[in-house]
Amino acid sequence: MSDAKELINREYKYGFVTDVESDAIPRGLNEETIRLISARKKEPAFMLEWRLSAYRTWLRMKEPAWQNVQYPPINYQDMIYYSAPKNKKDAPKSLEEVDKEILDTYAKLGIPLDEQKRLAGVAVDAVFDSVSVGTTFKDTLKKAGVIFCSFSEAVQEHPDLIQKYLGSVVPVSDNFFAALNAAVFSDGSFCYIPKGVRCPMELSTYFRINAADTGQFERTLLVADEDSTVSYLEGCTAPIRDKNQLHAAVVELVALKGAKIKYSTVQNWYAGDKQGKGGIYNFVTKRGKCAGAKSKISWTQVETGSAITWKYPSVILQGDDTIGEFYSVALTHNYQQADTGTKMIHIGKNTRSTIISKGISAGRGKNTYRGLVKVLKNAEKAQNYTQCDSLLIGDQCAANTFPTLEVENNTARVEHEASTSKISEDQLFYCASRGISGENAVSMIVNGFCKEVFNHLPMEFAVEASKLLSVSLEGSVG
Amino acid sequence: MLEIKNLHAGIEDKKILKGFNLTVKAGEIHAIMGPNGSGKSTLSRVLAGHPAYQVTAGEVSYQGKDLLEMSAETRAQEGVFMAFQYPTEIPGVSNAYFLRAAVNAVRARRGEPEMDAVEFLDVLKRKMKLVEMDPAFASRPVNAGFSGGEKKRNEILQMAVLEPKLAILDETDSGLDIDALRVVAHGVNQLRSPERAMIVVTHYQRLLDYIVPDYVHVLLDGKIVKSGGKELALELEAKGYDWIRPVGSKV
Repeated sequence: MSDAKELINREYKYGFVTDVESDAIPRGLNEETIRLISARKKEPAFMLEWRLSAYRTWLRMKEPAWQNVQYPPINYQDMIYYSAPKNKKDAPKSLEEVDKEILDTYAKLGIPLDEQKRLAGVAVDAVFDSVSVGTTFKDTLKKAGVIFCSFSEAVQEHPDLIQKYLGSVVPVSDNFFAALNAAVFSDGSFCYIPKGVRCPMELSTYFRINAADTGQFERTLLVADEDSTVSYLEGCTAPIRDKNQLHAAVVELVALKGAKIKYSTVQNWYAGDKQGKGGIYNFVTKRGKCAGAKSKISWTQVETGSAITWKYPSVILQGDDTIGEFYSVALTHNYQQADTGTKMIHIGKNTRSTIISKGISAGRGKNTYRGLVKVLKNAEKAQNYTQCDSLLIGDQCAANTFPTLEVENNTARVEHEASTSKISEDQLFYCASRGISGENAVSMIVNGFCKEVFNHLPMEFAVEASKLLSVSLEGSVG
Repeated sequence: MLEIKNLHAGIEDKKILKGFNLTVKAGEIHAIMGPNGSGKSTLSRVLAGHPAYQVTAGEVSYQGKDLLEMSAETRAQEGVFMAFQYPTEIPGVSNAYFLRAAVNAVRARRGEPEMDAVEFLDVLKRKMKLVEMDPAFASRPVNAGFSGGEKKRNEILQMAVLEPKLAILDETDSGLDIDALRVVAHGVNQLRSPERAMIVVTHYQRLLDYIVPDYVHVLLDGKIVKSGGKELALELEAKGYDWIRPVGSKV
């Protein structure tokens, strides 16, 4: 096969390690660790207090075990909770001061931070291990009144906004991993769109885990003030390492009256090798609150990486006439496991939600959709439409669907559709007899299967996602 | 163009083709007729490279190359086309997208540049007219929800678009009413050319009223027992297959 070599090289092209000196704190977790992280970041007292309360909450919590994934126990004392690339100066004040090695890393990942080379219309906050190393297009955004910066910077510059909204959607006690994140999170992105502003460009955060044995705990907080609009993208990669690494992030979205937030994720963390060795444990809490009337939050996710993906981007439909959407593609190949879905909590009147979930399992992959649609007593005329489709490739993979409906108002209308299909030998032969190879046939069928979700991604992301699926499925036939 | 010598093939442990011989030259149309279970569909699938069938002996040379050495997709890229008796449904993938992928796979093999979507749609529209197909079918998923006749017509459309050198029509007439049969046959006849050979596999003579073959072969128990011109088909229609069966053979 002439392209065999190319296929091998294409396997996981983001698996390289950047050689930078890092400034890490000792392994282990206790109050001292948290004080150390907070001190490193020169945080105000309210942040330290918040972290400590989260830590104490976490100590009383038990790691959940209801999910349909298996992994050996995580030793939380054997992990490094803070790692930052060492910089000669205190902190890079502008992109020009960022370590060349790191700039090169992002260029290699296809995310040049040099604004000259950036695609117009996308501002990027780059998070490298535990810290944000740079945000592009800050000035353009500032003119529009948009605040887009690293979380650390926001804590210094906009403490009032942080204090008001931090933990307002995902409280510290929400779940085990959210509490852990609140205690030790090191950085992330913060974004505030003022009243009536349509954000002039797409915003994005690019997460990169580089250092070994570290956990990555970032937090994203996005606040869209009344009648504002924003589209946010998130991408993730990590080097190939044979030990599992924990990524426990929290994302909080707040949409005030009439605001619209579109949040898209293409998750491509290292998935482990063909035998299931290594890979990222992606245990993430993502939630948005449609706090004001007529606001809208839309989640789109394409999850192709990670050894284990475990997340439920959700929407609390608090205001009247609010809209929540969840479009998801989750792919598991080799020994990957995914337990993902969403929660739509209808509180306000005339609230509407749509859930489209596409699960693809290949190899020995395990894919679970888990969802909750809850209509509370006062949610007059709430509507939900849910569609869960599973596609199987081969006969050693698994797909499960666990939808839950809790309806307390009898004017609500909820619909649920589900399907399971398999790429058959007949389909592959049919394609082959028209000159289309097995790999291309699978990729074509899978992309067709995901079309409804890809249509909701911003253009360039859709192209990237479609390529990513093909690469992730290599070796799934024949 | 195609030379099949002493071909033995089967599926699992079942021997189906038992010493099949056939020579097809460019421009010719050969009809293979035979009763159920004689090996007609096996022949089509073996020539197209279906992975479930094993060839145990014999050789097949196609344009001077060993056809049996090639994978199914290579055969297709080299100009072999089989119209399926039961075309497969591919939900989610549009007919136009599927066919463009097929055309570009063939072009890549020949070292030609890819055809872009706009250019391809032009070609597709022209070919759809040829088989009298509603242009709306271009954007419908491949064969999904098509009627039997629409599926067969879609096969001929694919053939028209791919312009194969060797086309094998596997029981293309089965399940078609007379109007659909006429349309399909018309499409096939449009594609007759001195450079193209066709093997028409059928149970009934009916199709051969519309697609007139140069040669007719009778397949019984895995090999050709009688060959002749187009009159042979009429004779079979009148007398059935029994008169050809060698004395003492199993029915």
